[in-house]
Amino acid sequence: MKYEAVIGLEVHVQIKTRSKIFSRVATGYGAEPNTLTDPVVLGLPGVLPVMNKAALDAVIKSGLMLGCEIAPVCKWDRKNYFYPDMPKNYQISQYDQPICLGGSVEIELPGPARNVMGEHKKIPLTRIHLEEDVGKLNHSATGSLIDYNRAGTPLMEIVSEPAMHTAEEAYAYLTSLRQTMIYGGISDCDMEKGQLRCDANISIRPVGETKLGTKVELKNLNSISFVRDGIAHEIKRQVSLAESGGTIVQETRDYDGQTGASQSLRSKEMAHDYRYFPDPDLMPVKVDEAWKQKLRAECPEQPFAKQERFLKEYQIPYTITSVLVPERDLSDFFEEAAKIAGKPQAAGNWIVNDLLRELGNAKISLAESKVKPAHIAALVKLVEAGTILNNAAREVFIDMFATGEMPDANVARKGLKAETNTAELEQWCREAIAGNSKALADFKGGKDSAINGFKGPVMKAAKGKADPKLVDETLRRLLASM
Amino acid sequence: MSSELFFQPVTDLAAQLAAKKISSVELMQAVLARTKAVDAKVQAFNSFDEADALAQARASDARRAAGQASGPLDGIPVGIKDVISVAGQPLTASSKMLANFVSPYDATVTRKLKDAGAICWGRLNLDEFAMGSSTENSAFKTTSNPWDLTRVPGGSSGGSAAALAAGEAIASLGSDTGGSIRQPAALCGVVGLKPTYGLVSRYGLIAFASSLDQIGPFGRTVEDAAVLLGAIAGHDANDSTSFKAEIPDYRAELAKRKGPWKLGIAKEYFAEGIDPEVNAAVQAAIAYYKKLGCEIREISLPHTKYAVGVYYIIATAECSSNLARYDGIRYGHRSKDATDALDIYFKSRAEGFGAEVKRRIILGTYVLSSGYYDAYYLRAQKVRTLIRRDFLNAYQEVDAILTPTSPTPAFKKGEKAADPLAMYLSDIYTIGVNLAGLPGISLPCGFSKSGLPIGLQIIGQPFKEADLLAIARAYEQGHDWHTKHPTL
Repeated sequence: MKYEAVIGLEVHVQIKTRSKIFSRVATGYGAEPNTLTDPVVLGLPGVLPVMNKAALDAVIKSGLMLGCEIAPVCKWDRKNYFYPDMPKNYQISQYDQPICLGGSVEIELPGPARNVMGEHKKIPLTRIHLEEDVGKLNHSATGSLIDYNRAGTPLMEIVSEPAMHTAEEAYAYLTSLRQTMIYGGISDCDMEKGQLRCDANISIRPVGETKLGTKVELKNLNSISFVRDGIAHEIKRQVSLAESGGTIVQETRDYDGQTGASQSLRSKEMAHDYRYFPDPDLMPVKVDEAWKQKLRAECPEQPFAKQERFLKEYQIPYTITSVLVPERDLSDFFEEAAKIAGKPQAAGNWIVNDLLRELGNAKISLAESKVKPAHIAALVKLVEAGTILNNAAREVFIDMFATGEMPDANVARKGLKAETNTAELEQWCREAIAGNSKALADFKGGKDSAINGFKGPVMKAAKGKADPKLVDETLRRLLASM
Repeated sequence: MSSELFFQPVTDLAAQLAAKKISSVELMQAVLARTKAVDAKVQAFNSFDEADALAQARASDARRAAGQASGPLDGIPVGIKDVISVAGQPLTASSKMLANFVSPYDATVTRKLKDAGAICWGRLNLDEFAMGSSTENSAFKTTSNPWDLTRVPGGSSGGSAAALAAGEAIASLGSDTGGSIRQPAALCGVVGLKPTYGLVSRYGLIAFASSLDQIGPFGRTVEDAAVLLGAIAGHDANDSTSFKAEIPDYRAELAKRKGPWKLGIAKEYFAEGIDPEVNAAVQAAIAYYKKLGCEIREISLPHTKYAVGVYYIIATAECSSNLARYDGIRYGHRSKDATDALDIYFKSRAEGFGAEVKRRIILGTYVLSSGYYDAYYLRAQKVRTLIRRDFLNAYQEVDAILTPTSPTPAFKKGEKAADPLAMYLSDIYTIGVNLAGLPGISLPCGFSKSGLPIGLQIIGQPFKEADLLAIARAYEQGHDWHTKHPTL
């Protein structure tokens, strides 16, 4: 029997706000334990939550970017359960009236080759809601310590429909969602810092069956590749279990990305009764048209829309857009350079090939780069005008990456201007032909490639500043008359 | 009027302080001496910080000497129920769970009192986590009724009412979830006001039932209650349920609002279970209002019979969640026998909470459980809406509603302790006010033959405390019940 997998993802995204969701204390990662706390975060007797509007804005904006329906009224509920990482022993969340309903995440699957765009699909969303993050437990041999710095960080839960069927789709879904969140300034989505966390619900069913199979929840998928590997592993586990006549039980499993194995955490029988009820400390929020309109105006162009535009408007190949578009700042950098230079393809090549290579070698970010769009544009213009040649341009690039010197200044200072004195060039060509009688005989005998034997000495005489095309033309003209 | 400082109203003492006839230190010393003399009998205080109280009094005198005194509360000792946070002071909720907890921050009302120059004075006893009607549920002590030490002062703000009646404070703050200010005020013969839900910030009040809790003042007179309300009312950015209302000068408004008013008598409130002496005193008060020219109308609050049931579903549901934070992990009582996290929860909570608190947590957990939520919590919320509608309908016809505060005067200690349902029914006249979010005041309207105070409750319209206070004051001006003090 052939099986198909059905996958739904629950993604938690920490919202990048300055202060926490219900108090004025700052959010952050990596601070001394328990320094980002106040009476509200610690759930001391008598404290009350007050909603951070910036967090609400971020969820609504996310919903607008993903095409969700924004609820006209949303309310807050308490999810009650005891756990030491949660100071109040209830989490303020949203139960039956989330802010965002529906919507979808557009994904791009890998193409048949690196330079060919793959299939696009829309993965429907169930809902997005806002809640508070919890603290972090650190277990050691001597006991467990709690750091409440993370507690109260605004957290968005994005729930997909069970509409994916392969680990690749899940990978593409997360990649795309992450790009959208970063584009919108909602979150930095650094999985290592826990800014994006993913749980997967996975079931299998015989191909053709429409009913869902028994689902297994996979937790601790700590990187996008662990998500892919963990899901692939779980599908394989379920299929081999089904094929060997075993039963898949509804459970939560923990995936270990290092060993590539998973183990059961708890079964359905141990599921919680969260006793949800509306939080009496928080008032419901009305989201009116004006509010949505304001946020809609702040939404940036979405990555796939931008990709389409780049392909059409700039006529640049997919190999370049597929590198530029995933990074908003990189694509902005490109657009600026392309606009000044007027040569999108050339600007794109410099950015994708040279700039990214040098940034990688120097281990710095684009924001830290001394090369700005104006540098790229100026360089493109110099090459285009034939003022400098490609070899010289590479040299100029290395210099401006190191120092930030503008290309024109660099070319002038180092005398890298291309040789355009035709009389001098002709003289060098004559000398080269005269100095290599064997190559001359070969060429005359019909061996075209023998012409290359003259080019080396010409370039040497020109100190590399001769245009290879012009050298070739001059040599052929002289040879033809001999 | 008694000559002892500790029995005088805020307004009289404020005049003497302003005229520099007395100092705040003298006043605080008088209250301290009185407290030391009588609190062994009354047991109103869980604790007090003498040095801190005197330091606050000295600061007030210094402000006054510099011409910077802030108003009628500057230098006045105001007792604080031990469920309202004062930075650096214990905050116990009269529970073993918080026996050693010291709060690091000020409640909004505390900050406002301090801004008004008042001395935040002592930690007043209550039923554990404000759950009860007698203070017998305190983990530390049972407060006595100053009028008869064998009787309860009411609750849950029993310490706040008893301290005031006994001259151990000049005014005090309590909290009212189902009658916890008004019932002890009635039983101790003082004025107690429960404001409209949302008028006074709850930030820094240990939550029992968040949608019902409200902080309010106790005073010897209606005017004192007006002065205190003016100091603590107002919108607070730290409390999302606090209302953005214009706060009038309640004291000044007293003189401007003279009636006559249309007053409602709810027939459902004079049914069975009412003590004949209480009934007689309230009827006499009604007759007095008539004499003042007020029109008395019979009204109906048809859903009254559901109020106690609805209250015990909503209040317990909220409390089961609100009290989840007391788990012994980061603060509060932690069992010495616990071996792991789950064990810390079980044992710490088993040891830290008293029987009534546990009963309500269990009840609340049950009504919120999957499969029961719709039948209990959701339905109770719907009935709550009907109860509120009853009142709002009545206010189409009348300005305020007159009722007894409590069906009986103060009962004996231990009399109802074994029967939770009988205890719950002692709040039958006060609970509807909380469910409907309305303001209510209790003021003395007589004594039983055995010398126990009786309280008249007046229920007002949302955010119309100024009218409510004026109506109460009209009665008070024609009577001298509030000038009588217990002998201790």
